[in-house]
Amino acid sequence: MNERTMNDPTTHALSHLDLDTKDETFLDSNELVINMGPQHPATHGVLRVILKLDGEKVMGTECVIGYLHRGVEKIAEHRTYTMFNPYVDRMDYVAAVSNGLGYCQAVETLMNVEAPPRAKYIRVILTELNRLASHQLWLGTHALDIGAITPLFYTFRDREEILKIFEKYCGARLTTHAFRIGGCLYETYDGFEKEVKKFLAFVAPKIDEYEELLTTNRIWVERTRGVGYISAEDCIALGVTGPVLRASGVRWDIRKAQPYAAYSDFDFDIPIGENGDTYDRYLVRMAEMRQSLRIIQQAVDGIPEGPIMAKIPKVIKPPVGEIYHSIEAPKGELGYFIVSDGSTQPYRLRVRPPSLVNLQALDQMVKGQMIADVVAVIGTLDIVLGEVDR
Amino acid sequence: MVAKFKGQYGTGLESWTYLGQNYLIVDRALIPDILMLLRDSEQFDYCVDLTAAHYPTREKQFEVIWILYSFERNERLRVKTSIADGDSIPTAVGIWPTANWLEREVYDMFGIQFAGHPNMKRILLPDGWKGHPLRKDYGILQQDQEWVQINLGIESGQ
Repeated sequence: MNERTMNDPTTHALSHLDLDTKDETFLDSNELVINMGPQHPATHGVLRVILKLDGEKVMGTECVIGYLHRGVEKIAEHRTYTMFNPYVDRMDYVAAVSNGLGYCQAVETLMNVEAPPRAKYIRVILTELNRLASHQLWLGTHALDIGAITPLFYTFRDREEILKIFEKYCGARLTTHAFRIGGCLYETYDGFEKEVKKFLAFVAPKIDEYEELLTTNRIWVERTRGVGYISAEDCIALGVTGPVLRASGVRWDIRKAQPYAAYSDFDFDIPIGENGDTYDRYLVRMAEMRQSLRIIQQAVDGIPEGPIMAKIPKVIKPPVGEIYHSIEAPKGELGYFIVSDGSTQPYRLRVRPPSLVNLQALDQMVKGQMIADVVAVIGTLDIVLGEVDR
Repeated sequence: MVAKFKGQYGTGLESWTYLGQNYLIVDRALIPDILMLLRDSEQFDYCVDLTAAHYPTREKQFEVIWILYSFERNERLRVKTSIADGDSIPTAVGIWPTANWLEREVYDMFGIQFAGHPNMKRILLPDGWKGHPLRKDYGILQQDQEWVQINLGIESGQ
């Protein structure tokens, strides 16, 4: 460690950072350790990254997380299955519907019941709308981080329409608590199908608009192409899932691999990338938005009549046992591992958060890149700190 | 697969199925071998999750659970082992790098040490925190009062 870093006030926090002291040339270099976050507009929440720099080049990173830790898994052990349901919305708060879907399905699996077909279709429509909203929010903030301000206004304007549908359906815009164990609580409101179809017709050209702004934009391409590369092998070894894995060329999506809800009824593709860089991840997410529209269109057209709630007891008491159930959330594989001791409360509930596991790949993705690219890579990982810290 | 493993390792291994989900209960001593074998010869190349559960009434209080997935087989598998309080368990970072943060979280929440882990320290809670919250004897309102008073300058976080 040279004198400059010794006097750095942040050094005390770095005693654990694995400084490569064997490399003689590295010792002589102008190494600098700087602190990014936790209060930083480009970290999408309270994420602190300690960066080890050589000039502008990133030599290593260390993530400090836990600022938003609320002990969700501990809370679950002290709430009944029904009472815990709204808490899951507070993890990935930009994709609350997906969180709720995963949780409700996990408890249903544990109780060995299945939601009725109509409930499954409503679930698919709302979850895909939420995936679209989550990707729109990602696009707006990611582009803003890189320096393009306009997409933020475009995406937030259009995301608003989705939130309006949520608000009309269940009264909440963000933490929706849309589903219940066994199905849905609310029947669709009058004109729901018509409104969703109107939205689909409205948003399809808007996605073209986003693409017009960015896809061939020279600044955008130069800031993203080749930045934050990660290979398919590294993705699998690091457990990275979702669009990041698909952009590296792995055609894997839980909606196809192990279909849940009504996904096996619909015709859709899994978009993949080739290069595993930030630009490909952008293209994959854009293509995913269009696939979501396809799914919603088919679901609205084919929505069956019938009950929306399965026959489940008033007091939910799953039999003794344990299960793991996961869904394809907008950010990757979101899993719930639940141990039941036969009582009304989970004995142990574990959430497998996609954001936490994906964030672990940050170090590998930014090593050797420029410091400005760190911001691009954090954006492209699409993390939500509420879910990282739980 | 299970038959092959049993032939090789004998009684240290049991296989179960619950609601269509398969899991293996493995002796602690066999863990590194079995995990390595699962990755290399059975294509369980993706470690989905690694977690633990606390059963204070049992002799071996902690259960450590690996949730694995194989892209080739499109199949999930859980591996479980039981350990006593204070026992350590060999790290899986060398097998699946993703285990790095997940093991740190298990250590943070349960106090289970992973032997050979490159950076075995807390991940979500602050470094100086006392206690491991997901143990059953840790109360829901419990906190490290001393830490809160020194670091946050308030009487209590409640």
